[in-house]
Amino acid sequence: MLEMRNETYLNVGIALLLLAVPLGAWVMDESYYITVASRVAILALAGVGLNLALGFGGMVSFGHAAFFGLGGYAAGVLSHHAFEGSVFLNWPVTIDGSDATLTLWFAAILLSGAVAAIIGMISLRTSGVYFIMITLAFAQMIYYLAISLPTYNGEDGLPLYLRSSLPGLDMSDDLTFFFVCYALLLLAIFLSVRIVGSRFGAALECARQNETRLSAIGIAPYPVKLTAFVFSAMITGLAGALFVELNGFVSPSILSWHLSGEIMIFVILGGVGRFYGPIVGAALFIVLETVIGGYTERWQLFLGIILLGVVLFARGGVIGLLAGKARHD
Amino acid sequence: MTEPLLVLDGLQKSFGALRATDDVSLDVAPASIHALIGPNGAGKSTLIAQIAGTLKPNAGSVRFLDKDITGHSVPKRAQLGLGRTFQVSSLAMAFSALRNVMLAVQARQHSTFRFWRPVRGDRSLIEPAMAQLERVGLAERAHLPVTALSHGERRQLELAVALALEPKVLLLDEPMAGLGGEDSQRMTEVLISLRQDVAMLLVEHDMDAVFRLADRISVLVYGRVIASGSVADIRASQEVRDAYLGE
Repeated sequence: MLEMRNETYLNVGIALLLLAVPLGAWVMDESYYITVASRVAILALAGVGLNLALGFGGMVSFGHAAFFGLGGYAAGVLSHHAFEGSVFLNWPVTIDGSDATLTLWFAAILLSGAVAAIIGMISLRTSGVYFIMITLAFAQMIYYLAISLPTYNGEDGLPLYLRSSLPGLDMSDDLTFFFVCYALLLLAIFLSVRIVGSRFGAALECARQNETRLSAIGIAPYPVKLTAFVFSAMITGLAGALFVELNGFVSPSILSWHLSGEIMIFVILGGVGRFYGPIVGAALFIVLETVIGGYTERWQLFLGIILLGVVLFARGGVIGLLAGKARHD
Repeated sequence: MTEPLLVLDGLQKSFGALRATDDVSLDVAPASIHALIGPNGAGKSTLIAQIAGTLKPNAGSVRFLDKDITGHSVPKRAQLGLGRTFQVSSLAMAFSALRNVMLAVQARQHSTFRFWRPVRGDRSLIEPAMAQLERVGLAERAHLPVTALSHGERRQLELAVALALEPKVLLLDEPMAGLGGEDSQRMTEVLISLRQDVAMLLVEHDMDAVFRLADRISVLVYGRVIASGSVADIRASQEVRDAYLGE
Protein backbone atom coordinates (compact mmCIF):
# COMPACT_ATOMS: atom_id res chain seq x y z
CA MET A 1 0.00 0.00 0.00
CA LEU A 2 2.78 2.39 0.93
CA GLU A 3 4.50 1.78 -2.39
CA MET A 4 1.31 2.49 -4.27
CA ARG A 5 0.94 5.81 -2.47
CA ASN A 6 4.52 6.65 -3.24
CA GLU A 7 3.88 6.15 -6.91
CA THR A 8 0.74 8.28 -6.74
CA TYR A 9 2.63 11.16 -5.12
CA LEU A 10 5.40 10.77 -7.63
CA ASN A 11 2.93 10.84 -10.53
CA VAL A 12 1.29 14.01 -9.24
CA GLY A 13 4.73 15.55 -8.85
CA ILE A 14 5.68 14.64 -12.39
CA ALA A 15 2.46 16.07 -13.81
CA LEU A 16 2.85 19.30 -11.83
CA LEU A 17 6.48 19.70 -12.82
CA LEU A 18 5.62 19.40 -16.48
CA LEU A 19 2.98 22.08 -15.93
CA ALA A 20 5.31 24.35 -13.93
CA VAL A 21 8.07 24.57 -16.53
CA PRO A 22 6.11 26.32 -19.29
CA LEU A 23 4.31 28.51 -16.75
CA GLY A 24 7.68 29.60 -15.38
CA ALA A 25 8.95 30.16 -18.88
CA TRP A 26 5.87 32.23 -19.66
CA VAL A 27 6.40 34.39 -16.60
CA MET A 28 10.03 34.93 -17.58
CA ASP A 29 9.01 35.45 -21.20
CA GLU A 30 11.17 32.57 -22.44
CA SER A 31 8.84 31.19 -25.10
CA TYR A 32 11.48 28.70 -26.29
CA TYR A 33 11.01 26.66 -23.13
CA ILE A 34 7.26 26.60 -23.62
CA THR A 35 7.89 24.92 -26.95
CA VAL A 36 10.31 22.49 -25.30
CA ALA A 37 7.64 21.58 -22.76
CA SER A 38 5.12 21.06 -25.56
CA ARG A 39 7.57 18.71 -27.24
CA VAL A 40 7.95 16.75 -24.01
CA ALA A 41 4.18 16.49 -23.63
CA ILE A 42 3.71 15.35 -27.23
CA LEU A 43 6.51 12.80 -27.18
CA ALA A 44 5.29 11.56 -23.80
CA LEU A 45 1.85 11.13 -25.36
CA ALA A 46 3.42 8.97 -28.07
CA GLY A 47 5.08 6.99 -25.29
CA VAL A 48 1.79 6.60 -23.40
CA GLY A 49 0.42 5.06 -26.59
CA LEU A 50 3.31 2.64 -26.96
CA ASN A 51 3.18 1.80 -23.26
CA LEU A 52 -0.29 0.36 -23.68
CA ALA A 53 1.02 -2.17 -26.19
CA LEU A 54 4.52 -2.67 -24.81
CA GLY A 55 4.15 -2.14 -21.09
CA PHE A 56 0.78 -3.69 -20.45
CA GLY A 57 0.36 -6.02 -23.41
CA GLY A 58 3.98 -7.12 -23.76
CA MET A 59 3.96 -6.30 -27.48
CA VAL A 60 7.39 -4.92 -28.27
CA SER A 61 6.49 -2.82 -31.28
CA PHE A 62 9.49 -1.38 -33.06
CA GLY A 63 7.21 0.30 -35.56
CA HIS A 64 5.30 2.91 -33.63
CA ALA A 65 6.86 5.68 -35.70
CA ALA A 66 4.53 4.45 -38.42
CA PHE A 67 1.53 5.50 -36.35
CA PHE A 68 3.16 8.69 -35.12
CA GLY A 69 4.06 9.57 -38.69
CA LEU A 70 0.71 8.60 -40.18
CA GLY A 71 -1.03 10.74 -37.59
CA GLY A 72 1.34 13.54 -38.48
CA TYR A 73 0.79 13.13 -42.20
CA ALA A 74 -2.98 12.92 -41.80
CA ALA A 75 -2.99 16.26 -40.00
CA GLY A 76 -0.27 17.81 -42.15
CA VAL A 77 -1.70 16.83 -45.51
CA LEU A 78 -5.24 17.94 -44.66
CA SER A 79 -4.12 21.31 -43.39
CA HIS A 80 -1.81 21.69 -46.40
CA HIS A 81 -4.81 21.25 -48.69
CA ALA A 82 -6.84 23.64 -46.58
CA PHE A 83 -4.10 26.25 -46.94
CA GLU A 84 -3.84 25.68 -50.67
CA GLY A 85 -7.61 25.55 -51.03
CA SER A 86 -7.36 22.26 -52.88
CA VAL A 87 -9.08 18.93 -52.30
CA PHE A 88 -7.33 15.92 -50.80
CA LEU A 89 -9.44 13.35 -52.59
CA ASN A 90 -11.90 13.58 -55.47
CA TRP A 91 -12.89 9.99 -55.90
CA PRO A 92 -14.79 7.95 -54.67
CA VAL A 93 -15.73 10.64 -52.21
CA THR A 94 -14.64 14.21 -52.09
CA ILE A 95 -12.45 14.99 -49.11
CA ASP A 96 -11.47 18.60 -48.68
CA GLY A 97 -8.54 19.81 -46.71
CA SER A 98 -9.30 21.07 -43.25
CA ASP A 99 -7.91 23.50 -40.74
CA ALA A 100 -10.26 22.49 -37.96
CA THR A 101 -8.18 20.95 -35.19
CA LEU A 102 -10.77 18.39 -34.22
CA THR A 103 -11.04 17.16 -37.81
CA LEU A 104 -7.26 16.80 -38.01
CA TRP A 105 -7.13 14.87 -34.75
CA PHE A 106 -9.95 12.66 -35.86
CA ALA A 107 -8.21 11.94 -39.17
CA ALA A 108 -4.94 11.18 -37.39
CA ILE A 109 -6.60 8.78 -34.94
CA LEU A 110 -8.64 7.12 -37.65
CA LEU A 111 -5.76 6.61 -40.05
CA SER A 112 -3.28 5.35 -37.48
CA GLY A 113 -5.91 3.08 -35.96
CA ALA A 114 -6.92 1.62 -39.33
CA VAL A 115 -3.34 0.97 -40.39
CA ALA A 116 -2.57 -0.50 -36.95
CA ALA A 117 -5.46 -2.91 -37.40
CA ILE A 118 -3.92 -4.18 -40.63
CA ILE A 119 -0.33 -4.24 -39.35
CA GLY A 120 -1.46 -5.80 -36.08
CA MET A 121 -3.55 -8.47 -37.77
CA ILE A 122 -0.45 -9.74 -39.54
CA SER A 123 2.23 -8.97 -36.95
CA LEU A 124 0.37 -10.47 -34.00
CA ARG A 125 0.48 -13.87 -35.64
CA THR A 126 4.13 -13.81 -34.62
CA SER A 127 5.76 -13.06 -31.30
CA GLY A 128 9.11 -12.22 -29.74
CA VAL A 129 11.88 -11.16 -32.09
CA TYR A 130 9.72 -11.81 -35.15
CA PHE A 131 7.11 -9.37 -33.88
CA ILE A 132 9.78 -6.72 -33.34
CA MET A 133 11.13 -7.24 -36.85
CA ILE A 134 7.79 -7.37 -38.64
CA THR A 135 6.55 -4.16 -37.01
CA LEU A 136 9.84 -2.53 -37.98
CA ALA A 137 9.45 -3.79 -41.54
CA PHE A 138 5.93 -2.36 -41.87
CA ALA A 139 7.04 0.99 -40.50
CA GLN A 140 9.92 1.12 -42.97
CA MET A 141 7.54 0.36 -45.83
CA ILE A 142 5.42 3.35 -44.88
CA TYR A 143 8.54 5.47 -44.44
CA TYR A 144 9.71 4.71 -47.99
CA LEU A 145 6.19 5.26 -49.29
CA ALA A 146 6.24 8.77 -47.81
CA ILE A 147 9.68 9.45 -49.30
CA SER A 148 8.50 8.44 -52.74
CA LEU A 149 5.33 10.58 -52.70
CA PRO A 150 6.11 13.60 -54.91
CA THR A 151 2.72 15.20 -54.15
CA TYR A 152 3.86 15.99 -50.65
CA ASN A 153 7.49 16.83 -51.44
CA GLY A 154 8.82 13.34 -50.67
CA GLU A 155 11.89 13.45 -48.51
CA ASP A 156 11.91 17.24 -48.22
CA GLY A 157 8.62 17.33 -46.40
CA LEU A 158 5.84 19.88 -46.28
CA PRO A 159 5.92 23.19 -44.47
CA LEU A 160 2.64 24.14 -42.82
CA TYR A 161 1.96 27.82 -42.58
CA LEU A 162 -0.88 27.95 -40.12
CA ARG A 163 -1.88 26.16 -36.99
CA SER A 164 -5.33 24.63 -37.10
CA SER A 165 -8.09 26.23 -35.16
CA LEU A 166 -9.91 24.93 -32.14
CA PRO A 167 -13.10 26.82 -31.28
CA GLY A 168 -12.52 29.27 -28.43
CA LEU A 169 -8.76 28.76 -28.29
CA ASP A 170 -5.89 30.53 -29.97
CA MET A 171 -3.75 27.58 -31.03
CA SER A 172 -1.03 29.83 -32.40
CA ASP A 173 -0.32 30.97 -28.85
CA ASP A 174 2.50 28.76 -27.55
CA LEU A 175 1.18 28.49 -24.02
CA THR A 176 -2.35 27.67 -25.18
CA PHE A 177 -0.94 25.03 -27.49
CA PHE A 178 1.01 23.57 -24.58
CA PHE A 179 -2.14 23.38 -22.47
CA VAL A 180 -3.92 21.52 -25.24
CA CYS A 181 -1.08 18.98 -25.53
CA TYR A 182 -0.88 18.66 -21.78
CA ALA A 183 -4.61 18.08 -21.45
CA LEU A 184 -4.52 15.40 -24.13
CA LEU A 185 -1.55 13.76 -22.42
CA LEU A 186 -3.36 13.57 -19.10
CA LEU A 187 -6.50 12.38 -20.84
CA ALA A 188 -4.56 9.58 -22.56
CA ILE A 189 -3.01 8.55 -19.24
CA PHE A 190 -6.45 8.56 -17.63
CA LEU A 191 -7.82 6.40 -20.45
CA SER A 192 -4.87 4.02 -20.06
CA VAL A 193 -5.53 3.73 -16.33
CA ARG A 194 -9.17 2.92 -16.97
CA ILE A 195 -8.44 0.43 -19.75
CA VAL A 196 -5.68 -1.36 -17.84
CA GLY A 197 -7.85 -1.54 -14.72
CA SER A 198 -10.86 -2.90 -16.61
CA ARG A 199 -11.80 -6.46 -17.49
CA PHE A 200 -10.17 -5.97 -20.84
CA GLY A 201 -7.01 -4.78 -19.12
CA ALA A 202 -6.94 -7.85 -16.88
CA ALA A 203 -7.05 -10.08 -19.95
CA LEU A 204 -4.40 -7.96 -21.66
CA GLU A 205 -2.05 -8.22 -18.70
CA CYS A 206 -2.63 -11.95 -18.54
CA ALA A 207 -1.77 -12.19 -22.24
CA ARG A 208 1.56 -10.55 -21.42
CA GLN A 209 2.28 -12.84 -18.50
CA ASN A 210 0.99 -16.15 -19.79
CA GLU A 211 -0.92 -16.60 -23.04
CA THR A 212 -1.42 -20.30 -22.43
CA ARG A 213 -3.32 -19.46 -19.28
CA LEU A 214 -5.54 -16.96 -21.06
CA SER A 215 -6.44 -19.51 -23.76
CA ALA A 216 -7.07 -22.20 -21.18
CA ILE A 217 -9.77 -20.13 -19.49
CA GLY A 218 -11.45 -19.51 -22.80
CA ILE A 219 -10.22 -16.05 -23.80
CA ALA A 220 -8.48 -15.96 -27.16
CA PRO A 221 -5.37 -13.76 -26.77
CA TYR A 222 -5.27 -12.55 -30.37
CA PRO A 223 -8.31 -10.22 -30.44
CA VAL A 224 -7.38 -8.85 -27.02
CA LYS A 225 -3.88 -7.99 -28.17
CA LEU A 226 -5.05 -6.64 -31.51
CA THR A 227 -7.53 -4.29 -29.83
CA ALA A 228 -4.87 -2.99 -27.47
CA PHE A 229 -2.45 -2.58 -30.36
CA VAL A 230 -4.99 -0.43 -32.23
CA PHE A 231 -5.72 1.74 -29.16
CA SER A 232 -2.01 2.12 -28.65
CA ALA A 233 -1.49 3.24 -32.24
CA MET A 234 -4.37 5.72 -32.06
CA ILE A 235 -2.83 7.50 -29.08
CA THR A 236 0.57 7.60 -30.76
CA GLY A 237 -1.09 8.82 -33.97
CA LEU A 238 -2.69 11.72 -32.15
CA ALA A 239 0.72 12.63 -30.78
CA GLY A 240 2.01 12.70 -34.34
CA ALA A 241 -0.68 15.18 -35.36
CA LEU A 242 0.26 17.48 -32.47
CA PHE A 243 3.95 17.16 -33.27
CA VAL A 244 3.43 18.29 -36.84
CA GLU A 245 1.40 21.27 -35.68
CA LEU A 246 4.02 22.20 -33.13
CA ASN A 247 6.79 22.18 -35.72
CA GLY A 248 4.74 23.56 -38.58
CA PHE A 249 6.39 20.92 -40.69
CA VAL A 250 5.80 17.33 -41.73
CA SER A 251 8.46 15.11 -43.31
CA PRO A 252 9.20 11.39 -43.53
CA SER A 253 11.67 11.67 -40.64
CA ILE A 254 8.73 11.29 -38.26
CA LEU A 255 8.16 7.86 -39.80
CA SER A 256 11.72 6.64 -39.46
CA TRP A 257 12.85 3.79 -37.25
CA HIS A 258 14.93 6.23 -35.19
CA LEU A 259 11.71 7.64 -33.90
CA SER A 260 10.32 4.17 -33.16
CA GLY A 261 13.44 3.61 -31.08
CA GLU A 262 13.09 6.96 -29.33
CA ILE A 263 9.47 6.30 -28.35
CA MET A 264 10.61 2.97 -26.97
CA ILE A 265 13.38 4.73 -25.05
CA PHE A 266 10.83 7.07 -23.43
CA VAL A 267 8.88 4.09 -22.20
CA ILE A 268 11.92 2.15 -20.96
CA LEU A 269 13.60 5.13 -19.30
CA GLY A 270 10.46 6.08 -17.44
CA GLY A 271 9.49 2.54 -16.59
CA VAL A 272 7.77 -0.09 -18.70
CA GLY A 273 4.13 -0.39 -17.67
CA ARG A 274 4.19 2.72 -15.46
CA PHE A 275 1.48 5.17 -16.42
CA TYR A 276 3.52 8.34 -15.96
CA GLY A 277 6.79 6.76 -17.06
CA PRO A 278 6.71 8.14 -20.61
CA ILE A 279 6.63 11.72 -19.28
CA VAL A 280 9.81 11.09 -17.32
CA GLY A 281 11.40 9.29 -20.26
CA ALA A 282 10.53 11.99 -22.78
CA ALA A 283 11.57 14.77 -20.39
CA LEU A 284 14.90 13.12 -19.68
CA PHE A 285 15.47 12.65 -23.37
CA ILE A 286 14.69 16.26 -24.22
CA VAL A 287 16.71 17.62 -21.29
CA LEU A 288 19.75 15.61 -22.35
CA GLU A 289 19.29 16.72 -25.93
CA THR A 290 18.94 20.37 -24.92
CA VAL A 291 21.52 20.60 -22.13
CA ILE A 292 24.28 18.20 -23.14
CA GLY A 293 23.45 18.77 -26.79
CA GLY A 294 24.46 22.38 -26.15
CA TYR A 295 28.02 21.27 -25.37
CA THR A 296 28.53 18.38 -27.71
CA GLU A 297 26.83 16.79 -30.67
CA ARG A 298 27.53 13.44 -29.09
CA TRP A 299 24.91 13.84 -26.37
CA GLN A 300 23.42 10.52 -27.35
CA LEU A 301 26.46 8.85 -25.81
CA PHE A 302 25.16 10.01 -22.43
CA LEU A 303 21.68 8.91 -23.32
CA GLY A 304 23.12 5.49 -24.11
CA ILE A 305 24.92 5.30 -20.79
CA ILE A 306 21.78 6.24 -18.87
CA LEU A 307 19.69 3.78 -20.85
CA LEU A 308 22.25 1.07 -20.14
CA GLY A 309 22.15 1.92 -16.45
CA VAL A 310 18.35 1.76 -16.38
CA VAL A 311 18.20 -1.55 -18.22
CA LEU A 312 20.91 -3.13 -16.06
CA PHE A 313 20.12 -1.71 -12.64
CA ALA A 314 16.62 -0.25 -12.63
CA ARG A 315 14.30 -2.49 -14.58
CA GLY A 316 11.31 -0.45 -13.48
CA GLY A 317 12.87 2.64 -15.04
CA VAL A 318 13.10 5.94 -13.18
CA ILE A 319 9.62 5.47 -11.71
CA GLY A 320 10.55 2.01 -10.49
CA LEU A 321 13.72 3.42 -8.95
CA LEU A 322 11.84 6.11 -7.06
CA ALA A 323 8.56 4.38 -6.23
CA GLY A 324 9.46 0.70 -5.96
CA LYS A 325 8.02 -2.27 -7.78
CA ALA A 326 4.82 -2.04 -9.75
CA ARG A 327 1.79 -3.11 -7.76
CA HIS A 328 -0.42 -5.95 -8.84
CA ASP A 329 -3.32 -7.17 -6.87
CA MET B 1 -26.82 -45.45 -18.55
CA THR B 2 -26.47 -41.72 -19.16
CA GLU B 3 -24.70 -40.36 -22.18
CA PRO B 4 -20.99 -39.77 -21.68
CA LEU B 5 -19.94 -36.09 -21.69
CA LEU B 6 -16.58 -36.56 -23.34
CA VAL B 7 -15.86 -39.22 -25.94
CA LEU B 8 -12.52 -39.89 -27.59
CA ASP B 9 -12.84 -42.00 -30.67
CA GLY B 10 -9.83 -43.58 -32.34
CA LEU B 11 -7.42 -40.75 -31.59
CA GLN B 12 -4.02 -41.02 -33.25
CA LYS B 13 -1.01 -38.77 -32.99
CA SER B 14 2.44 -39.51 -34.34
CA PHE B 15 5.68 -37.61 -34.01
CA GLY B 16 7.75 -39.00 -36.87
CA ALA B 17 7.90 -42.75 -36.34
CA LEU B 18 6.76 -42.49 -32.74
CA ARG B 19 3.10 -43.26 -32.16
CA ALA B 20 2.43 -41.16 -29.09
CA THR B 21 -1.29 -41.80 -29.27
CA ASP B 22 -2.31 -45.04 -30.91
CA ASP B 23 -6.01 -45.50 -31.54
CA VAL B 24 -7.22 -44.29 -28.17
CA SER B 25 -10.94 -44.44 -27.46
CA LEU B 26 -12.37 -43.67 -24.07
CA ASP B 27 -15.15 -41.67 -22.49
CA VAL B 28 -16.02 -39.75 -19.36
CA ALA B 29 -19.51 -40.21 -17.91
CA PRO B 30 -21.37 -37.54 -15.92
CA ALA B 31 -20.55 -37.27 -12.21
CA SER B 32 -17.65 -39.66 -12.52
CA ILE B 33 -13.88 -39.67 -12.42
CA HIS B 34 -12.08 -41.52 -15.15
CA ALA B 35 -8.42 -41.97 -14.25
CA LEU B 36 -5.73 -42.36 -16.86
CA ILE B 37 -2.59 -44.05 -15.62
CA GLY B 38 0.53 -45.30 -17.27
CA PRO B 39 4.32 -45.16 -17.04
CA ASN B 40 6.32 -42.08 -18.00
CA GLY B 41 6.35 -41.57 -21.73
CA ALA B 42 3.11 -43.48 -22.22
CA GLY B 43 1.61 -40.47 -23.97
CA LYS B 44 -0.70 -39.21 -21.24
CA SER B 45 0.21 -35.56 -21.64
CA THR B 46 0.03 -35.84 -25.43
CA LEU B 47 -3.47 -37.21 -25.04
CA ILE B 48 -4.51 -34.43 -22.66
CA ALA B 49 -3.10 -31.89 -25.13
CA GLN B 50 -5.29 -33.28 -27.89
CA ILE B 51 -8.38 -33.13 -25.71
CA ALA B 52 -7.63 -29.59 -24.55
CA GLY B 53 -6.83 -28.54 -28.11
CA THR B 54 -3.15 -27.59 -27.95
CA LEU B 55 -2.30 -30.52 -30.26
CA LYS B 56 -4.25 -31.65 -33.31
CA PRO B 57 -4.64 -35.41 -33.67
CA ASN B 58 -3.68 -37.06 -36.98
CA ALA B 59 -6.87 -39.09 -36.92
CA GLY B 60 -9.86 -39.75 -34.76
CA SER B 61 -12.23 -37.37 -33.04
CA VAL B 62 -12.95 -35.67 -29.76
CA ARG B 63 -16.65 -35.32 -28.96
CA PHE B 64 -17.81 -33.13 -26.12
CA LEU B 65 -21.45 -32.70 -25.12
CA ASP B 66 -22.46 -34.39 -28.39
CA LYS B 67 -20.43 -31.97 -30.46
CA ASP B 68 -17.38 -32.78 -32.53
CA ILE B 69 -14.77 -30.39 -31.15
CA THR B 70 -11.73 -31.93 -32.87
CA GLY B 71 -11.19 -28.74 -34.86
CA HIS B 72 -11.98 -26.27 -32.08
CA SER B 73 -9.35 -23.93 -30.66
CA VAL B 74 -8.29 -24.07 -27.01
CA PRO B 75 -10.35 -21.01 -25.96
CA LYS B 76 -13.43 -22.33 -27.73
CA ARG B 77 -13.22 -25.66 -25.95
CA ALA B 78 -12.81 -23.90 -22.64
CA GLN B 79 -15.89 -21.78 -23.36
CA LEU B 80 -17.92 -24.90 -24.05
CA GLY B 81 -17.09 -26.15 -20.58
CA LEU B 82 -13.93 -28.19 -20.92
CA GLY B 83 -11.67 -27.01 -18.12
CA ARG B 84 -8.14 -28.09 -17.41
CA THR B 85 -5.28 -27.83 -14.99
CA PHE B 86 -1.67 -28.04 -16.05
CA GLN B 87 0.98 -30.52 -15.02
CA VAL B 88 3.32 -27.62 -14.36
CA SER B 89 1.33 -24.75 -12.87
CA SER B 90 0.56 -22.14 -15.50
CA LEU B 91 -0.83 -18.99 -13.92
CA ALA B 92 -0.58 -15.23 -14.32
CA MET B 93 2.35 -14.95 -11.94
CA ALA B 94 2.21 -11.23 -11.24
CA PHE B 95 -1.47 -11.35 -10.30
CA SER B 96 -2.80 -12.30 -6.91
CA ALA B 97 -4.58 -15.61 -6.49
CA LEU B 98 -7.88 -13.76 -6.48
CA ARG B 99 -7.14 -11.90 -9.71
CA ASN B 100 -6.32 -15.19 -11.41
CA VAL B 101 -9.71 -16.59 -10.48
CA MET B 102 -11.50 -13.30 -11.26
CA LEU B 103 -10.15 -13.47 -14.79
CA ALA B 104 -11.66 -16.93 -15.19
CA VAL B 105 -14.98 -15.62 -13.84
CA GLN B 106 -15.00 -12.84 -16.41
CA ALA B 107 -14.14 -15.37 -19.13
CA ARG B 108 -17.14 -17.41 -18.02
CA GLN B 109 -19.31 -14.28 -18.22
CA HIS B 110 -17.97 -13.47 -21.71
CA SER B 111 -17.34 -9.96 -20.49
CA THR B 112 -13.70 -9.41 -21.49
CA PHE B 113 -14.38 -6.61 -23.95
CA ARG B 114 -15.37 -4.09 -21.31
CA PHE B 115 -12.97 -1.24 -21.11
CA TRP B 116 -14.19 1.15 -18.49
CA ARG B 117 -15.27 -0.23 -15.15
CA PRO B 118 -12.40 -1.21 -12.86
CA VAL B 119 -12.22 -4.89 -11.85
CA ARG B 120 -10.89 -3.83 -8.49
CA GLY B 121 -13.92 -3.73 -6.24
CA ASP B 122 -16.19 -5.35 -8.83
CA ARG B 123 -18.31 -7.65 -6.69
CA SER B 124 -19.74 -9.54 -9.65
CA LEU B 125 -16.20 -10.86 -10.19
CA ILE B 126 -14.84 -10.96 -6.66
CA GLU B 127 -17.66 -12.87 -5.01
CA PRO B 128 -17.77 -15.84 -7.40
CA ALA B 129 -13.96 -15.90 -7.38
CA MET B 130 -13.77 -15.97 -3.59
CA ALA B 131 -16.33 -18.78 -3.56
CA GLN B 132 -14.06 -20.90 -5.73
CA LEU B 133 -11.03 -20.11 -3.60
CA GLU B 134 -12.99 -21.19 -0.55
CA ARG B 135 -13.97 -24.38 -2.30
CA VAL B 136 -10.33 -25.38 -2.71
CA GLY B 137 -9.32 -24.04 0.71
CA LEU B 138 -7.31 -21.05 -0.48
CA ALA B 139 -9.52 -18.15 0.63
CA GLU B 140 -7.08 -16.89 3.25
CA ARG B 141 -4.33 -16.59 0.67
CA ALA B 142 -6.50 -14.80 -1.90
CA HIS B 143 -4.61 -11.51 -1.93
CA LEU B 144 -1.11 -12.91 -2.20
CA PRO B 145 0.65 -12.82 -5.56
CA VAL B 146 1.09 -16.23 -7.15
CA THR B 147 4.85 -15.94 -6.67
CA ALA B 148 4.29 -15.97 -2.89
CA LEU B 149 2.22 -19.17 -2.95
CA SER B 150 3.71 -22.58 -2.22
CA HIS B 151 3.76 -25.29 -4.84
CA GLY B 152 0.77 -27.00 -3.27
CA GLU B 153 -1.19 -23.74 -3.10
CA ARG B 154 -0.54 -23.11 -6.77
CA ARG B 155 -2.06 -26.49 -7.57
CA GLN B 156 -5.10 -25.56 -5.53
CA LEU B 157 -5.27 -22.24 -7.34
CA GLU B 158 -5.11 -23.98 -10.72
CA LEU B 159 -8.11 -25.98 -9.65
CA ALA B 160 -10.00 -22.89 -8.42
CA VAL B 161 -9.35 -21.15 -11.76
CA ALA B 162 -10.60 -24.17 -13.68
CA LEU B 163 -13.68 -24.44 -11.46
CA ALA B 164 -14.55 -20.77 -11.96
CA LEU B 165 -15.26 -21.67 -15.59
CA GLU B 166 -18.05 -23.91 -14.29
CA PRO B 167 -16.79 -26.71 -16.50
CA LYS B 168 -18.78 -29.81 -17.39
CA VAL B 169 -15.60 -31.83 -17.60
CA LEU B 170 -12.24 -31.16 -16.02
CA LEU B 171 -8.96 -32.43 -17.39
CA LEU B 172 -6.59 -32.79 -14.47
CA ASP B 173 -2.98 -33.31 -15.49
CA GLU B 174 -1.26 -34.76 -12.42
CA PRO B 175 -2.88 -32.52 -9.80
CA MET B 176 -0.97 -34.32 -7.02
CA ALA B 177 2.45 -33.98 -8.64
CA GLY B 178 4.95 -32.64 -6.16
CA LEU B 179 2.44 -32.36 -3.33
CA GLY B 180 3.38 -33.50 0.15
CA GLY B 181 1.27 -36.03 2.04
CA GLU B 182 -1.00 -33.50 3.65
CA ASP B 183 -1.53 -31.38 0.53
CA SER B 184 -2.16 -34.44 -1.56
CA GLN B 185 -4.69 -35.66 1.00
CA ARG B 186 -6.45 -32.33 0.89
CA MET B 187 -6.52 -32.24 -2.90
CA THR B 188 -8.05 -35.73 -2.91
CA GLU B 189 -10.77 -34.53 -0.51
CA VAL B 190 -11.49 -31.52 -2.71
CA LEU B 191 -11.77 -33.66 -5.83
CA ILE B 192 -14.12 -36.09 -4.08
CA SER B 193 -16.32 -33.17 -3.03
CA LEU B 194 -16.45 -31.97 -6.65
CA ARG B 195 -17.31 -35.23 -8.29
CA GLN B 196 -21.08 -34.76 -8.19
CA ASP B 197 -20.84 -31.45 -10.05
CA VAL B 198 -17.98 -31.98 -12.45
CA ALA B 199 -16.89 -35.06 -14.32
CA MET B 200 -13.14 -35.49 -14.48
CA LEU B 201 -10.47 -37.08 -16.56
CA LEU B 202 -7.63 -37.52 -14.14
CA VAL B 203 -4.04 -38.20 -15.13
CA GLU B 204 -2.17 -39.19 -12.01
CA HIS B 205 0.81 -41.16 -10.76
CA ASP B 206 -0.24 -41.27 -7.13
CA MET B 207 -1.93 -44.67 -7.12
CA ASP B 208 -3.43 -44.24 -3.65
CA ALA B 209 -5.25 -41.18 -4.87
CA VAL B 210 -6.28 -42.89 -8.11
CA PHE B 211 -7.72 -45.89 -6.32
CA ARG B 212 -9.60 -43.64 -3.92
CA LEU B 213 -10.98 -41.31 -6.56
CA ALA B 214 -11.56 -43.19 -9.77
CA ASP B 215 -14.77 -44.76 -10.97
CA ARG B 216 -12.99 -46.09 -14.03
CA ILE B 217 -9.36 -46.50 -14.83
CA SER B 218 -7.69 -46.75 -18.23
CA VAL B 219 -4.10 -47.79 -18.54
CA LEU B 220 -2.01 -46.21 -21.27
CA VAL B 221 1.23 -47.87 -22.38
CA TYR B 222 3.18 -46.78 -25.47
CA GLY B 223 0.22 -44.70 -26.60
CA ARG B 224 -2.27 -47.58 -26.43
CA VAL B 225 -5.01 -48.26 -23.92
CA ILE B 226 -4.05 -51.75 -22.74
CA ALA B 227 -6.79 -52.03 -20.15
CA SER B 228 -9.86 -50.18 -19.08
CA GLY B 229 -12.25 -51.02 -16.27
CA SER B 230 -13.33 -50.51 -12.71
CA VAL B 231 -10.80 -50.08 -9.92
CA ALA B 232 -11.22 -53.73 -8.97
CA ASP B 233 -10.71 -54.90 -12.56
CA ILE B 234 -7.52 -52.95 -12.93
CA ARG B 235 -6.12 -54.02 -9.60
CA ALA B 236 -6.79 -57.62 -10.60
CA SER B 237 -5.43 -57.44 -14.13
CA GLN B 238 -2.19 -59.31 -14.64
CA GLU B 239 -1.39 -57.36 -17.78
CA VAL B 240 -1.59 -54.08 -15.90
CA ARG B 241 0.59 -55.39 -13.10
CA ASP B 242 3.23 -56.48 -15.55
CA ALA B 243 3.17 -53.31 -17.57
CA TYR B 244 2.80 -50.71 -14.91
CA LEU B 245 2.15 -51.50 -11.33
CA GLY B 246 5.41 -53.42 -11.24
CA GLU B 247 4.23 -56.09 -8.87
